[in-house]
Amino acid sequence: MREKGVIAKIAGPLVVADKIRGCEMYEVIKVGEEGLMGETIRLDGDLAYVQVYEDTTGLKPGEPVIRTKAPLSVELGPGILKNFYDGVQRPLEDIGRKVGDYITRGVYVDALDRTKKWNFTPTAEEGKEIVGGDILGEVPETKVIKHKILVPPGISGKILELKEGEFTVNDCIARIQTDGEDVELKMMQTWPVRKGRPYKEKLDPEVPLLTGQRINDTFFPIAKGGTGAIPGGFGTGKTVMQHQLARWADAQVIVYIGCGERGNEMTEVLEDFPKLIDPYSGEKLMERSTLIANTSNMPVAAREASIYTGITLAEYYRDMGYDVAIQADSTSRWAEALREISGRLEEMPGEEGYPAYLATRLSDFYERAGRVKTLCSDSEERIGSVTVVGAVSPPGGDFSEPVTQNTLRVVGVFWALDSTLADRRHFPAISWLRSYSLYLDNLSEWFNKTSSSDFTEQREEMMSLLQKEAELQEIVQLVGADALPARERGTLEVARMIREDFLQQNAYHDVDSFCSLEKQYLMAKIVLQWYDQANEVIEQGIGVEKIEGMEIKGAIARMKYVPSEEFMKSYEEIMRDMKDEFEVLKRKEVS
Amino acid sequence: MAIDISAREYTTIREAAGPLIVVEGVEGVSYGEVVKIVTPSGEEKTGQVLEASKGLAVVQVFEGTSGIDTSKTRVRFTGDIMKISVSQDMVGRFFDGLGRPIDGGPEVIPEDRLSVIGAAINPTARDYPREFIQTGISTIDGMNTLVRGQKLPIFSGAGMPHNALAAQIARQAKVLTTGEPFSVVFAAMGITHEEASFFMHDFERTGAIERIVAFLNLADDPAIERVITPRMALTTAEFLAYEYDMHILVILTDMTNYCEALREISAAREEVPGRRGYPGYMYTDLSTNYERAGRIKNRKGSITQIPILSMPDDDITHPIPDLTGYITEGQFVLSRDLHRRGIFPPVDVLPSLSRLMNEGIGPGRTREDHSGVSNQLYAGYAEGRDMRDLVAVVGEEALTSRDRKYLEFADEFEKKFVTQGKNEDRSIEETLDIGWDLLATLPEGELKRIDEHIIKKYHPKYRGAR
Ligand SMILES: Nc1ncnc2c1ncn2[C@@H]1O[C@H](COP(=O)(O)OP(=O)(O)OP(=O)(O)O)[C@@H](O)[C@H]1O
Ligand SMILES: [Mg+2]
Repeated sequence: MREKGVIAKIAGPLVVADKIRGCEMYEVIKVGEEGLMGETIRLDGDLAYVQVYEDTTGLKPGEPVIRTKAPLSVELGPGILKNFYDGVQRPLEDIGRKVGDYITRGVYVDALDRTKKWNFTPTAEEGKEIVGGDILGEVPETKVIKHKILVPPGISGKILELKEGEFTVNDCIARIQTDGEDVELKMMQTWPVRKGRPYKEKLDPEVPLLTGQRINDTFFPIAKGGTGAIPGGFGTGKTVMQHQLARWADAQVIVYIGCGERGNEMTEVLEDFPKLIDPYSGEKLMERSTLIANTSNMPVAAREASIYTGITLAEYYRDMGYDVAIQADSTSRWAEALREISGRLEEMPGEEGYPAYLATRLSDFYERAGRVKTLCSDSEERIGSVTVVGAVSPPGGDFSEPVTQNTLRVVGVFWALDSTLADRRHFPAISWLRSYSLYLDNLSEWFNKTSSSDFTEQREEMMSLLQKEAELQEIVQLVGADALPARERGTLEVARMIREDFLQQNAYHDVDSFCSLEKQYLMAKIVLQWYDQANEVIEQGIGVEKIEGMEIKGAIARMKYVPSEEFMKSYEEIMRDMKDEFEVLKRKEVS
Repeated sequence: MAIDISAREYTTIREAAGPLIVVEGVEGVSYGEVVKIVTPSGEEKTGQVLEASKGLAVVQVFEGTSGIDTSKTRVRFTGDIMKISVSQDMVGRFFDGLGRPIDGGPEVIPEDRLSVIGAAINPTARDYPREFIQTGISTIDGMNTLVRGQKLPIFSGAGMPHNALAAQIARQAKVLTTGEPFSVVFAAMGITHEEASFFMHDFERTGAIERIVAFLNLADDPAIERVITPRMALTTAEFLAYEYDMHILVILTDMTNYCEALREISAAREEVPGRRGYPGYMYTDLSTNYERAGRIKNRKGSITQIPILSMPDDDITHPIPDLTGYITEGQFVLSRDLHRRGIFPPVDVLPSLSRLMNEGIGPGRTREDHSGVSNQLYAGYAEGRDMRDLVAVVGEEALTSRDRKYLEFADEFEKKFVTQGKNEDRSIEETLDIGWDLLATLPEGELKRIDEHIIKKYHPKYRGAR
């Protein structure tokens, strides 16, 4: 066993260390004179291959490497929310305060502030028997989140002492008598990022994660604890959709991971979230969010780690009993980081140069999502969830590539972005023909019970109209729309209404950006009602042009801009006016 | 970082292959270190360490390995990483692809020596770009608005007038509120003499030459040097923007040649290639150039980037435009079809996009009707283009009268809105007004993307009545 070795070789983010036999896999290593942070990813005799989380320019063979004997871990405790980290949980604002506008290497700042005092209120009692996962007490971390201080997994015993008052994350707040020695607990614990946090039991997905986005909620819903992928070529709307989820999803905690994407997009979130109001809590969105940014130009090895950092933070809040949603933009950049490091290791490449273990790594990651009964004493029960949505950036927008394909094999929802739709500025550019949700059956009961008994029915009707439209379009391409019978032209008309007035949703519009489930239901009802009545009129032989030119269509087109709270009134008005206008049409025909 | 003064010199090249040499028996070599090479004939070359291991260094040679031998060539490790001497006096000067003066003027007296590898801007230090830049070009200002600090490339193809468009942008670009002009940092990678002199004449003609720093690596200059040229340019741009509060427009052309140089190095290293032979890290590499655009809080200057790239075979899914599009904040796409039909600038607005447009336009920035007009023009033109395709199959007779309106709309749009003179500098008001004249040819009921009160205020029909 050796504590120290020397650099034998440097090639980009990969450093080979020599004379360091005894290292563990995924152990954190300090590299070079500056002690740059790295992690072992391959061991071979006296050699350890280390991926370095910082720029390696200037490193020399012969410089020292030092073992830390700890795996890459995150710090868990109050102060995670409203914070902004890089891929290995370094707080970016603090780094900025320390070294200025550019991220320089070799800067270390604790992930959790060691000086800040938090107000701890115990909820357990001294003398009580506890196990890992039990709640000792709470800290008001932000305006909306009570941070539960949990007994770390693996610890159980009797509470000897439980304090109350103002403490830093590093102060002792409880003493536990265990089988072995007494253990002092702090508000902070650590957890290795590459290992999922334990739970009691995984539950079936039964509750949707509402997103306020019509095509997602009504057409392709995701479950709390579910997984979803958003693949799409550049500019098709992945990031906007991820931002929308981070803004409007009815999760209690949001973990947003900017993995190898643009700096300005993170700045946008940073500017918006402290201002935008969460429709569920009425407080600022930032109060429930933590952001991880490892932009494209930041070190690739830290990008590789970022999604694990993110999901570990999410699991921690899940263990408190919260519903957590993760947005990872983009998992393709993570996969590329994996490929780059694998290439430097001279591993045997698989498809498109990705390592053969790409598929396993992807499924291991998505497997960490779920709705679970959390770890805690059997006398208690707590349910929490982690929902994961990953953006995928297929080269050339071609979904047959390995990252998209391997992702689709493991996720429950596929929101397929279509560049033809994006080119037409139909947003969100989610293709209704290619996308799917495997949770549909599981969730329909919830929708029918919570919203309205015909919620699912309406969805199916709209879906089949869209499918019908696709078939009819093929004919139109050959002979023109004029040649179609009146009834089919009516179908084309309602399908257009579904596309433009229901599915299209402008993320940048103050009102339309978020649509309550009730409003979604009523909007669908209006469209389908129009279709029923239009069919009636067509049956009577009234010319299609009359219907195509109806005035009510203007009101229907604008209904998305009516705020959710006021929608009921608009709904009634539109329904009434629609009925009247159809009546007039019918009467004209009769007279 | 401590610089090793006892610079070490070796004649122990073991191997030369493509742009790489392998030097053995070396000591204390650092990753990324700059290397000076002197061939037996006395020619001096510059290189950089790509891989450093005990006793062995892999070096990329920017000028290529011709003339290098394995016995007499001397290799000196400088102990320094790649840097450029910067100064405000660089404005108005011309340099080669490695930053050496080529205009016969004196050496730059450095105010600072900066590493050409830019550190990443801390995302918390960025200021979100939202100041409208008026380029005077309708397809850009009206529908794909550029803002200060944005990176927005031109996707073009061989033989298309991307240079004329870029020069026009460089000439006309200004921020409305201040009227401040941009200074231009121009980096040429592998373009022809003719192309380079086109730019230079244009800059000279308009006096812009005084506000320019040019780095020129031309078609017959060393190919590998191209991987450094944009970094030289961007480092200079950062210096001028953040030390001298200047607003800098960086034009990088042609990024395709830059990528080819990357590929050549990667192939010589026998790396596992990503798509179509380009290195798997090309996305990351490109991002370390493109992400250097932006604005920083509490600093006055800014860096706006217009990279130009020619799409091999006009294929937008080719890795070079594809990876670029994944990093930049939109793209202007030039269309061969428009170009063939004599339309200038041949910007195809349908696949073009400015992702930062939303924040840069509207009341107080451009005009309150901007977003509505832009969306409606877009929708109308898209519909008209569909009709063109349809007509090709079913003939014009099968169209409804509504369809026919759109068909005409698309033609007029290309004639009046897209087409403009190479020196025509349209104000944003003019651009929007042309838009309205076109929209007025459609039935008012079709203008669903514009708010009613905006229509009432700006539609020519009501404006006349007022
Ligand atoms: N829901 C929406 N409403 C309005 N505009 C949208 C919407 N979704 C996408 N857009 C438009 O599409 C543009 C591109 O979207 P986005 O940045 O999300 O693409 P992306 O798929 O993340 O691309 P990349 O892979 O390059 O990051 C946005 O800037 C915006 O103009
Ligand atoms: Mg994106």
